[in-house]
Amino acid sequence: MYDLLTGPLLWVVFIVTFVGLAVRVVMYIRGLDWKLDRVAYRPFLGHGLKHGVRSIVAFLIPFKAHSWRSRPLFTILFFAFHIGLLVTPIFLEAHNAMLEQSLGIRLPGLPAVVADVLAWTVVVGGVFMALRRIAFPEVRILTTAYDYLLIVISVAPFVTGLIARYELGSYDFWLCLHILTGEIWLLALPFTKLSHVVLFFMSRMQLGMDYGIKRGGMKGTSMSW
Amino acid sequence: MPEGTLCNRQPITTEEQLKLVLNDKGGKQYYAEMEELEVDSDKLWGAIQKTLKSRTKTWLDICAHCGLCAESCFLYQVNGRKPEQVPSYKIQSTLGEIIKKKGKVSNEFMRHCMDVAWSWCTCCNRCGQFCPHGIDMGVMFSYLRGLLYSQGFVPWELKIGSGMHRVYRAQMDVTTEDWTETCEWMAEENEEEWPGLEIPIDKEGADIMYTCNAREPKHYPEDIAEAAILFHVAGENWTVPSEGWEQTSLSMFAGDWECCKDNVANVYAALERLKPKRAIGTECGHAHRATVIEGPYWVGREDGQPPVPYMHYVEWLLEALETGKIKIDPEKRIKEPVTLQDSCNYVRNQGLKNVTRKIIEYIVEPGYFREMAPNKEYNYCCGGGGGFNGIGKYRPQRNVALLKKLQQIKATGAKLVIAPCHNCWDAIRDLEEEYKIGIRWSFLKPLIIEMMVVPDHLKPEE
Repeated sequence: MYDLLTGPLLWVVFIVTFVGLAVRVVMYIRGLDWKLDRVAYRPFLGHGLKHGVRSIVAFLIPFKAHSWRSRPLFTILFFAFHIGLLVTPIFLEAHNAMLEQSLGIRLPGLPAVVADVLAWTVVVGGVFMALRRIAFPEVRILTTAYDYLLIVISVAPFVTGLIARYELGSYDFWLCLHILTGEIWLLALPFTKLSHVVLFFMSRMQLGMDYGIKRGGMKGTSMSW
Repeated sequence: MPEGTLCNRQPITTEEQLKLVLNDKGGKQYYAEMEELEVDSDKLWGAIQKTLKSRTKTWLDICAHCGLCAESCFLYQVNGRKPEQVPSYKIQSTLGEIIKKKGKVSNEFMRHCMDVAWSWCTCCNRCGQFCPHGIDMGVMFSYLRGLLYSQGFVPWELKIGSGMHRVYRAQMDVTTEDWTETCEWMAEENEEEWPGLEIPIDKEGADIMYTCNAREPKHYPEDIAEAAILFHVAGENWTVPSEGWEQTSLSMFAGDWECCKDNVANVYAALERLKPKRAIGTECGHAHRATVIEGPYWVGREDGQPPVPYMHYVEWLLEALETGKIKIDPEKRIKEPVTLQDSCNYVRNQGLKNVTRKIIEYIVEPGYFREMAPNKEYNYCCGGGGGFNGIGKYRPQRNVALLKKLQQIKATGAKLVIAPCHNCWDAIRDLEEEYKIGIRWSFLKPLIIEMMVVPDHLKPEE
């Protein structure tokens, strides 16, 4: 089972995920339409790109965008959750060992304690994200079962990974489940709302260009949106 | 009944039809017919397939339902923070549903969408600044309005409004003759006090072509006179076109995109005919957005720019103050608490926030200017934007919407509100009429005329 999950299946998952995400990016760009969007993308490309990047950066840095300042607790939770989600799988020592085995390269590894903290952050963050959906009426009204499913998909590899790491119960069982849930998570990226992993950059870039070219950038103001 | 005589999917294109709908007082028959209006699902879905591309599609797809947009919406705030007023919910439960159901929605649902699109959102675009994914619900509501308009589900006044634009090429029944006569009348009326005052019509090759809002010739022609006086004192070589003088677009509020294009083409035709060096529009936010910001795209100008540089009135005014064409008498500066209303349509949507503040420095005695909070690109809508002001059916909702601006103005302690936008001006006037908080409101033109230094040679002979 382990061999199957980490062998051919893993390769298929990687290919589907990364090709899928690339397709979504290409489709997004191809679907832009200066007339429908009412943004002169081409004639003011330089201007647009500059403000597009500015917009992305503003939302990638905690508390930089005005929006992040309006709900500080949410912002901290949100960033911690996302940092844990992205950093842990890429720099985890055990993943690095697998990477070295198959491709002969390795990335800097995370000290075990940092990896633990990050993984727990994701789990706790996920629980709070779910609780927040229940607690606040303005979020509850928007929430569907699909939103909870996405939290489960995102957090499951971390829960199973932690159980395996602490060797609670059968290590092999939890390891296999960890790999399986990780693969489900990867496969979900291009096909679900988790596609925001790339489409966030596309959408922000587009709105940044919109503001940069049409809604103030050309008038010399740099609005924070 | 598939379509009514007054309420139907056809735009108003003739004067007879316009009068027919107009004579239906308050839209009684119109709204009654709307209850029977059939939804043309194929046409609706066809339009969506043609126009729902990357931007809107992705926005609807990736909304993370985080609710971060809730507090950004002034209508959410003033309506008791009802979850139904969360911007994301508003658009997902209307446009989102239409798309999910591939256009197969009921008449009742379309009428609900109309209520939401025109009375729960003023398309102020503020929510877009708070969404981590860069989702602009105001843009999507504009899109939804277009779909609703094409199906005949549009408030009575806006059906008439876009009809007016189609028939008279003005938001009111101001004909070319009415317009030019008003200009002549205003010049004559003020000639005694301002010797040599002119409102030149159709002068070719002038430095400035001035355009305005049809409300001015119709209801407050003194605004045109004031523009003329200021251009006169500034020594500008200017003109107004006999055709293509009206730069507003109720059709933009209505979602009648075909008509929007026609309005703008009409103004641009005047620019091409008279070949001015540049154009200046009046103190109006939506007119500026329609003619200068979105207009170029409607007529298919790939660079997104009007044919000649086209400025909002505040830009010209600041230039006139900075170059000394207009000088302010320091003694006459405003010496009472005063605040400024930032119009969404040229502040949030074109970055002109500092221009108005520099004008304030010229005309307000230091220490008297009070900023609203929040302000600049984070300002709240006046409460009557996006056509909200003019729709009788939604007057109660509009009056609630005014509460946010009321709180903001009261918190500044200002007695005078400078509102360089027709729509904001109207909303603030209604706010005072409705809630009586003891404020005054003004465009910039009359204030400047009161306090400017008039060169001796322009004064009337004693």
